[in-house]
Amino acid sequence: MRLFARARDLAGTDELCLTAEQPVTVGTLRTILLQRCPALGPLAKSLLAAVDADYAADDRVLTETNEVAFFPPVSGG
Amino acid sequence: MIRLTREPIDFTSLTERVRSNQTGAVVLFLGTVRELTAGRRTIALDYDAYPEMARRKMAELVEQARQRWPIVNVEVVHRLGHLELGDVSVAVAVSTPHRHQAFEAAKFLIDELKVVVPIWKKENWADGQTEWVHPAPEASDTGYQVSDIRYQEREGPPHSPSFPDT
Repeated sequence: MRLFARARDLAGTDELCLTAEQPVTVGTLRTILLQRCPALGPLAKSLLAAVDADYAADDRVLTETNEVAFFPPVSGG
Repeated sequence: MIRLTREPIDFTSLTERVRSNQTGAVVLFLGTVRELTAGRRTIALDYDAYPEMARRKMAELVEQARQRWPIVNVEVVHRLGHLELGDVSVAVAVSTPHRHQAFEAAKFLIDELKVVVPIWKKENWADGQTEWVHPAPEASDTGYQVSDIRYQEREGPPHSPSFPDT
């Protein structure tokens, strides 16, 4: 999974590999991510999720080929 | 034309590209790096993006704007990387038959870009601190409620989002 901005800084990496048993949802992956990276704690309530480069809800079921990203609220412009 | 660039934005050429015989109005919006924010002094900003998704969301916003207003030409360009005070971070130019359409469409595009496009800015403060800007999640005019963990499509007519000027 990919991480951006402050999520990347806190986790210390812009890419993480997590393994989980199928079926896995975005929400499950989020939980695993926060367990594996407690440093992301400050962002726990605000992290947004994207699957294959578009926003995704926590109940979205993932396949092995999906690209998942987690990132904090955006601030472009 | 949607673009992410690390180069200074040539907003003059961009404006010329949207000008057309079919339109009576051209509106150009520029977002620029401001020195003062809530009493703190900025030295520079660093912009980062999730590029594939940023381009997709920018294209979606353009499509939505085209459906709502009779846009003839539109350009949305966002700059990434290290920006100094006064630098142009984003440019939105639209041309439409009449001026109210151009004003409204340009405002829609920049307002929504700031809420949904995965681009982030990091403040380089004068006191030496740096910090990513991550506003509290807000509802967007497009019907996506980007909030707290959950993403769900909002029912009902779109309304103007209210969020602080950043």
